[in-house]
Amino acid sequence: MIENFILTLTIFLPLAAGIVVLLLPSGNTRLIRMAGVAGSLVTFIVSLALYVLFDPARAGYQLVQHADWIPSLNISYLVGIDGLSLLLILLTTFLTPLALIGTWNSITVRLKEYTVMVLLLEVGMIGVFASLDLVLFYVFWEAMLIPMYFIIGIWGGQDRVYAAVKFFLFTLSGSLLMLVAILSLGYFASIVPNGHFTTNLVELYQVGASLPVNVQLWLFAAFALSFAIKVPVFPLHTWLPDAHVQAPTAGSVILAGVLLKMGTYGFIRFCLPLFPNAAIQSAPFFSVLAVIGIVYGALVAMVQTDIKKLVAYSSVSHLGFVVLGIFSLTEEGMQGAIIQMVNHGLSTGALFLLVGMIYDRTHTREIKAYGGVARLMPVYAAFLLIISLSSIGLPGLNGFVGEFLVLLGAFRSVTLQSPAYAAVAGLGVIFSAVYLLWMYQRVMLGPVREGGLYGGHKLTDLTKREIATLIPIVIFVAWIGVYPRTFLSQSALVSKRTVEYLQGVQRSAPAPLTMRAADGSMQELRSR
Amino acid sequence: MVTLTSYLILSAAMFIIGATGVLVRRNAIIVFMSIELMLNSVNLTLVAFSAFLGDSTGQALVFFVMTVAAAEAAVGLAIVIALFRRKQTVNLDEINILKW
Amino acid sequence: MIAYTPLLVLFPLAGFLFLGLAGPRLRNEKLIGIIGSGMVGLSFALALGILMQMLGSAPEERKAVVELFPWISSFTGTMGSFSVSVAYQIDQLSILMTLIVTGVGFLIHVYSIGYMHGDRGFWRFFSYLNLFIFAMLNLVLADNFLLMFLGWEGVGLCSYLLIGFWYEKKFTGDAAKKAFVVNRIGDFGFILAMLLIFVTFGSLRFDTVFAAASILSPGRTVMVWITLLLFLGATGKSAQIPLYVWLPDAMAGPTPVSALIHAATMVTAGVYMIARCSLLYALAPVSLEVVASVGAATAVFAATIGLVQNDIKKVLAYSTISQLGYMFLAMGVAAFGAGIFHLMTHAFFKALLFLGSGAVIHAMHEEQDIQKMGGLKKHLPVTYWTFVVGAVAIAGIPPFAGFFSKDEILWKAFSSDFGSWVLWLLGALGAVMTAFYMGRLVFLTFEGKERFGHDLHPHEAPKTMTVPLMILAVLSAVGGFLGVPKSLLGSNAIEHWLEPIFDPANHKLLITEHDIVWSEYVLMAVSVAIAAGGIYVAWVMYLKRTGMADRLAARFSRIHRVLLNKYYVDEIYDASVVNPIVTISDEYLWKGVDTTIIDGSINGSARGIGAIGSALRRIQTGVAQSYAVVFVGGIVLVVGWLLLQSH
Repeated sequence: MIENFILTLTIFLPLAAGIVVLLLPSGNTRLIRMAGVAGSLVTFIVSLALYVLFDPARAGYQLVQHADWIPSLNISYLVGIDGLSLLLILLTTFLTPLALIGTWNSITVRLKEYTVMVLLLEVGMIGVFASLDLVLFYVFWEAMLIPMYFIIGIWGGQDRVYAAVKFFLFTLSGSLLMLVAILSLGYFASIVPNGHFTTNLVELYQVGASLPVNVQLWLFAAFALSFAIKVPVFPLHTWLPDAHVQAPTAGSVILAGVLLKMGTYGFIRFCLPLFPNAAIQSAPFFSVLAVIGIVYGALVAMVQTDIKKLVAYSSVSHLGFVVLGIFSLTEEGMQGAIIQMVNHGLSTGALFLLVGMIYDRTHTREIKAYGGVARLMPVYAAFLLIISLSSIGLPGLNGFVGEFLVLLGAFRSVTLQSPAYAAVAGLGVIFSAVYLLWMYQRVMLGPVREGGLYGGHKLTDLTKREIATLIPIVIFVAWIGVYPRTFLSQSALVSKRTVEYLQGVQRSAPAPLTMRAADGSMQELRSR
Repeated sequence: MVTLTSYLILSAAMFIIGATGVLVRRNAIIVFMSIELMLNSVNLTLVAFSAFLGDSTGQALVFFVMTVAAAEAAVGLAIVIALFRRKQTVNLDEINILKW
Repeated sequence: MIAYTPLLVLFPLAGFLFLGLAGPRLRNEKLIGIIGSGMVGLSFALALGILMQMLGSAPEERKAVVELFPWISSFTGTMGSFSVSVAYQIDQLSILMTLIVTGVGFLIHVYSIGYMHGDRGFWRFFSYLNLFIFAMLNLVLADNFLLMFLGWEGVGLCSYLLIGFWYEKKFTGDAAKKAFVVNRIGDFGFILAMLLIFVTFGSLRFDTVFAAASILSPGRTVMVWITLLLFLGATGKSAQIPLYVWLPDAMAGPTPVSALIHAATMVTAGVYMIARCSLLYALAPVSLEVVASVGAATAVFAATIGLVQNDIKKVLAYSTISQLGYMFLAMGVAAFGAGIFHLMTHAFFKALLFLGSGAVIHAMHEEQDIQKMGGLKKHLPVTYWTFVVGAVAIAGIPPFAGFFSKDEILWKAFSSDFGSWVLWLLGALGAVMTAFYMGRLVFLTFEGKERFGHDLHPHEAPKTMTVPLMILAVLSAVGGFLGVPKSLLGSNAIEHWLEPIFDPANHKLLITEHDIVWSEYVLMAVSVAIAAGGIYVAWVMYLKRTGMADRLAARFSRIHRVLLNKYYVDEIYDASVVNPIVTISDEYLWKGVDTTIIDGSINGSARGIGAIGSALRRIQTGVAQSYAVVFVGGIVLVVGWLLLQSH
């Protein structure tokens, strides 16, 4: 049955493509590029099968595949998806080929290695979103670091080594603590009556919730630190601007589009259901950080002189909305956070693509060096405007749907108990308009620079290839903005179950033992 | 009568002499010989216990040690010669590139 | 007919998409113009059809909601979770607004065919205009707050795009950005209000919210918050104190845009919104007072600035702000019908005035300074006569449209339970200044000596421009008859038509119809005298004794300078809000917190670890024997410890 291996196929298809690319002659750049794009496109098409096979009305994990890995410790290769994973996997497989196509000519040195790295990165990202075993998750989580490290460190800008090391160390220092927490969880699973060491997520849902609150808090902190760095939550965000600025365009696209979502995904998938009491207790803390991040990121983005840095700080602001939505612990907030993850992937991914496109022409990212570009590149101007507006959160485009649901969730949250979070976060609405429109004005509007030269280069409008890269994104930007149901209904059940579970915990102070959503899939797993 | 204790005392003395030689002498060859002395002191212990306990495993182990010592001597002396060729000295104080 | 309501919105959307995508390839101004205007014309025709149907049915059957599809929701299906649909509501108020938007919009589209002739971005202009009509119709037809907000932000976007239409000039970009950002401050209030409304009433649908509100009693704090936050949104969109500053700058856009967006339709969205939420405001009398005060203050404040401006469009812009102030004054004294009536007449005569000024600017080859005009009467007869009609209408000379609507507002400001003689006085003060600056504008532009160079030969605009002017002039002349008050033996048709909308609010506020009293006639006479007096003073100052204005300006040079510089409000905002935020973000947040504190501590700890390493590496002497010493010492320690343990 295709259901049994489709997920594994999706995860490892890019790896196969990467091996094929490795075998190609390194001189034939066109062939390598075609192979890379073809590999990621096939992955995307296969991942569409996930969408077809997935049943949003069914609770628990679907398309599960299980294989023994380290049987003595009950560590297994266990993958499966729910609505949240589905959306993020689709986002990954959607963005990767676009990132490769959009930067067709940008990479000239070590092209083969570069293509392989991007494909390996895709393996790691899909794996992270599909893993249902904590050790497997951890392996994918760390494995994805390596290609990203090289992508920044080899094909990056001037300070690439500093940025790459900073990125690596930030992420690693968080994730090592997470490894400790994973092992402790496995240990706690083994000391209950009839227990045994395990890292099976579904089994651990019950273990985590039954732990005393102070133990939960420690483990929660270890997981949360790792995820918070990845998101990034203020004040752990300073690796992001450096990494983004130095990374090559495709790297920035994937970094912003997908990698950051791994942090917020981790909060929803692991932190909340594994440690419900701890999550409830620390919700105000994380919400405060999120709100600070929203305003802070926007304000700092406003004064940047480097376009890429501006977009990077805007990510801090936008991801703040996601974190706020998650920790509002309401259905609206959760759904808003999930759709906002997708939105940010699309909008900011597209923004980085757009910045890369103009950088390829002028080789400068200084806002000062531009002005009047709209006259010379009208098609580019239109795309940049649409994407900026989507990022600003204009109703009718995607950003608004997520932001509004998050604000509503935070506003009516029982856990946060104060509308102040939403009110302050709402300021982000004002500032996002300021920094993006200001950037747009300084880059696109005004008179054409003398001689029409930018950084010593003449500007030409977007090529057909570049337009073809952007159109799919714009279609989704409008689609989510007008008819978000297609996407929100996929994740509705996950959000509902997660929130209901946590609210149940909150209402009855002693932690209940089971999570209903987990229960169903547990039985399913045991019957295998 | 020569008891086990006498063997052990002799062995310990040999070991200490060897260890002191390793620590204080500057000539690589002498340090090398001191290591051999330490190895042999251990051999003596092994043989003594073997006889005392009536278990021949100890004596088998001694052969192992002697074989390894022979191989080690060959490699070690080769290193010393290579060092001498390069540095014109076997004074250990001057062979200090194993740092930082 | 009513079932076709979504088509009202879809026609302009289709126009926008078609022109936006195919526009660059069309290369045929006529075709683009016909498509752009035609789509709005279709909407107008359909709206007329719907109106006919409504007129033919009983008042209680005049309301209908057409639901299209679910829009934003959590989709979790939980009871009480958020859900909002794309749904349009037709009722007496929304159809009136639709007719104004599409009707005036259609005329301005037609006018633009002539005005924008030969512009590089001709297709872009019409696609933006169509997008604007789409957004504006969403705003007025929405059956819930969120869809209204879509239109609300959508018109803001179009305003941004159209102000910055000639983007190659530096100041258009500034003006466009300023408009969007200032509006966003208001929208922030709107969003928070929506959140509060949802939390309070459990829905964002007008019907549900108002049904739930109708059983509340006035005086709840949450209602004050909701209404004040909504009003914050309105001050942004409708250019009231303190957020009016974007509107004068918005004149950087093409003149038809100023007419359509920044005079007739978009800026009145705030008034419409308060009218729509009249019941909510009725539950918060404090907010009504705030609305009335802000409206009256704005009406006077903007008028004083308008007295001395020399840019023809700037005068009209401040006049618009001032007139919007009247509408809010009406809302604030719970004269909702009068406010909407003034909204409608204002749409007619202000669109007319702006289009007329466009024709003047067109004829003067982009000159906008009225000091460099004069004597245009004989060159531009059609423009002159229509402009005069608009001017007397706004000044409040009977029987032109503005007289009836403005007089109604002033009367209500005086007589309503929420009015007072102070509000009336402010309104009257604004009225006299309005009459004065309109007179000044007409006299300086069209009368007197020609003050422009002789190489300039102004000529009348083409038919596509003059015909809309004439139609609007007719509407400005007779539009007031829709609302002739009972005291003048009229039937006040428009307020009667809107009664079902405002009845719940009036009921809450215990407003009953007053009998006709003698004071109404006195005030009416005063209004007329004021209007005539203002115009007369202008006539004396600018035509009869031409030097007098300059002498007065010199005499009161300080006041004159303050007015000319618009009370330095922009400068004050820059110094007190904009610059501090930028400086704090740059100096403290970015370079302070990010670079120095966070990165500093991280790079510092990295350097610290490096320093510890370089200190510790001294231990590595490289002499193998010293390692051996440590090694042996370690063994001795361990063995010694074990020996001690065993004893």
